[in-house]
Amino acid sequence: MTAELVRGQNHPLPGTRLEIRVSAGHPVVAGATLGDADGRVTDAQWVAHPASPRLPGLEVSGQAAAEHRLAVDLDAVPEAAHRLAVVLALPSVASAPARFGAIASPFLAVTDTDGTEIASYTVTGLDAESAVVALELYRRQGAWKVRAVGQGYAGGLAAMLHDQGLPDAAELAAGIEEAVARGMARAVQAPLVQATSARGEGARAESVRAESGQDEAARGGTARAEAARAEFAHAEHARVESGQAEPARVEPAQVEPAPGDGGAGAADEPGRDDAAGAGAVPESAATQDRAAVGAQAAPASSGPIDYRHPRRRSGPQAPAADPEQPSSAPREPAPAPAPASTPAPASTPAAPADGPGASGPVAGDATGWSMDERLYNQVWGMFEDLTRTVAAYRSAVDFAESRLERELDQVLSDPATRVGPAADTAREEARARHAELVDQARAVLDRDLAQLVAEAEVVEHALPPAYARWDSPVWQGYQVPLSAPMALRLGDLHLPERPGLRIPMLVRLPLERGLWIDAGRAGGPDAGMPDSAELRRLAVDCAVAHAVRLLAVHPVGDYTLHVIDPAGAAGPALAPLLESGALKEPPPTGAHGVSDVLARLTRRVDLVQMAVRNRALDSLPPDLDTGEQLLIVNDFPHGFDDRAVTQLRYLADEGPSVGVHLLMVADRDDARAYGPVLDPLWRSLLRVTPVPDDHLADPWVGHAWTYEPSRVPAGSDVVRQVLRQVGQSRRAYGI
Amino acid sequence: MTVNLSKGQGISLQKADGGTLTAVRMGLGWQAAPRRGLFGTRTKEIDLDASAVLFADKQPVDVAFFQQLVSKDGSVRHTGDNLVGGAGQGGDDESILVDLQRVPVHVNQIVFTVNSFTGQTFAEVRNAFCRLVDETTGQELARYTLDGGGPYTAQIMAKVHRAGNGWQMTAIGTPANGRTFQDLLAEIQAVL
Repeated sequence: MTAELVRGQNHPLPGTRLEIRVSAGHPVVAGATLGDADGRVTDAQWVAHPASPRLPGLEVSGQAAAEHRLAVDLDAVPEAAHRLAVVLALPSVASAPARFGAIASPFLAVTDTDGTEIASYTVTGLDAESAVVALELYRRQGAWKVRAVGQGYAGGLAAMLHDQGLPDAAELAAGIEEAVARGMARAVQAPLVQATSARGEGARAESVRAESGQDEAARGGTARAEAARAEFAHAEHARVESGQAEPARVEPAQVEPAPGDGGAGAADEPGRDDAAGAGAVPESAATQDRAAVGAQAAPASSGPIDYRHPRRRSGPQAPAADPEQPSSAPREPAPAPAPASTPAPASTPAAPADGPGASGPVAGDATGWSMDERLYNQVWGMFEDLTRTVAAYRSAVDFAESRLERELDQVLSDPATRVGPAADTAREEARARHAELVDQARAVLDRDLAQLVAEAEVVEHALPPAYARWDSPVWQGYQVPLSAPMALRLGDLHLPERPGLRIPMLVRLPLERGLWIDAGRAGGPDAGMPDSAELRRLAVDCAVAHAVRLLAVHPVGDYTLHVIDPAGAAGPALAPLLESGALKEPPPTGAHGVSDVLARLTRRVDLVQMAVRNRALDSLPPDLDTGEQLLIVNDFPHGFDDRAVTQLRYLADEGPSVGVHLLMVADRDDARAYGPVLDPLWRSLLRVTPVPDDHLADPWVGHAWTYEPSRVPAGSDVVRQVLRQVGQSRRAYGI
Repeated sequence: MTVNLSKGQGISLQKADGGTLTAVRMGLGWQAAPRRGLFGTRTKEIDLDASAVLFADKQPVDVAFFQQLVSKDGSVRHTGDNLVGGAGQGGDDESILVDLQRVPVHVNQIVFTVNSFTGQTFAEVRNAFCRLVDETTGQELARYTLDGGGPYTAQIMAKVHRAGNGWQMTAIGTPANGRTFQDLLAEIQAVL
């Protein structure tokens, strides 16, 4: 049964010989990149593109076309490659649209060699992007899976290749674009090819190339220099044009005289197009009877040609074909080109029976008015489920241990049986009962964890910037949003039972409590802990990363930063904020600077509170910024006098309700001189740490969770890129 | 088909087709006995509370009641406290949902109790019942009527316990006294 993937969803692949079909409403460039275990493309030779279309196990078209077919043999892909990304880009010629938002959503289908669709994905939600990673095939425990990625890049091929770690991304992107432009100039004049015959060697790529050979001949052998790579594309492009010009069903008759399954497979390409356009097609129908189709297709290679669409044959009897999932077919309309803003429907395509349930986890599988809210609720649902399943496990293990102790005590307490074989047996039995119960509990825990891990993987890939890790590709396609999100990711949470299962720690926006990034040594001297100066540096970096994220997820001008850094200790970390204009001027130094910033914000809080109380928001002074304000305080209490401390406490208490938020970077020990009077201030702030620390408790059971801040990966300039975007937008708005 | 249980009677929670139940709901309903005379409408509601206590062997390990609506492991959920009871039409006033698949492996008995939080005895309560419903189909499996009122403020209603690979329900109906389930733990021990 075809799995219609939504963004982030994955699906196992049954074989290694595959074909990937791409249909876009407009000519696009299709390419593929091979990545290593970390997903990095280390070498330009690992990129298949029009100027160099072949890689071991894979070939792409040499030209931009509205339809592509990539033949993939995963067995031939180099061992070192763990990921194969299928990428699409818009050709950079004047006649082509510059953004995916201007063309119909690209549709991709992964099929096996007889044309049976395994998974399909419509890349929705694209707008200004001109390049997109559509699908990804990746190794997982010895097998390959496919994942719907749908990650767009407004910066085009160069930005995409750069994000995949390619050193000379810009040069390669320029080379590809040039080759495409050359190819397009030629292809426009290419005659409409009516393939009259093709040798039926079986493999479709071969037969296509055979046609293209004729095409080449028809054009008198022009442009022979690039023949080898151009052929494939020309034929394809020409065929596409014929397919667009005429009713899709006619085409099989033109292409198919070639006997053999190659021809039969070719027939379903336009058919699929037709299907997508027609709306609800009982997808399950055809693939149900994969065996049946195969059986019918096989004789076709020797007998007379069957022109019927291979996947339509079983159509009429389809609904009855799947007694176990009677409702799945009607529930799943074929993905129509959805409007860009609408998230893909949270469909529940029936996954193959490799998981415990009938359907795999799907991102956004929770209640909510928007995808934002659904993902937020899903993450919290996973948080609660993990909390509770671990609670059940711990409770069972505790019980097993207490029972063991009790039983061992019993053996000891009876002098008659304390020693001797009977006692040994009793002890053995008690230990066996303990082990059995623990094993049972562990099995249940592992079952639950496996499901949560699968869900977390799907969800992580679907998260929008506000919820995503810094290394998520979603930040590469970052654009300044038009509305603020529901929540913000502060980091990850995990439990010792499964450290690899990270739950995003999402806090609601606007922040109800200030944040305190603890620059102090939390767990006492520890060999693994960085020293005090290093900890302070990490804490400031964390604060800046949180601030950038807050700034980036709010609409232009809705979030303003203020910094108190009397000693200038945070200078280097703040530099990117200053460069981008997110911070207008360096933070004033000295005690005077502290009191100045605090006085301004105190006035603002007071005025807005007064205005809210008297329902007179329109009488606020015109120079008052009504957007949200974030005050970063570094090195507290350095530079603070008593009056400033009182003002800070006022802001911490009264600020959040009128849009003034506090982000403190502080070591509590520095403020020891104040005694216990500052304890309420510390308690009112949400404490997070710059290094992993297990100080956060969940609201249901109270496990100690290890918090880990969202770090910007070393060497990544994602923060600068995001800030650049923010800065550009601010300038565009004159802020 | 509903089985009307009598005290001490047990039923196996196997489905007719041999499948085991995955989720059951314990519903509790009651109605305050009518008052007469002037000011008969003055608030004097009866607040009964249903609780479910999870036992491993004979040791209480978790609970779902009005102060902790969900047991820590998430397998037992109380749908919310009802402070006044119903109109006596037979609907559930408080429900406790049990996801039998999620019950931790060491828990082998779940005991359901009713307490009168406001202190009235069951003599002032009418039409009180508890019933067990297959949550997946909505079908009532067993119903147990709290007849015989009497000067008690609590009752241990029933227990759902592991039997073989499945679960079994046994009606208990032992009267007791207490404001919340904590007051009943000693009495519960006797019926485990």
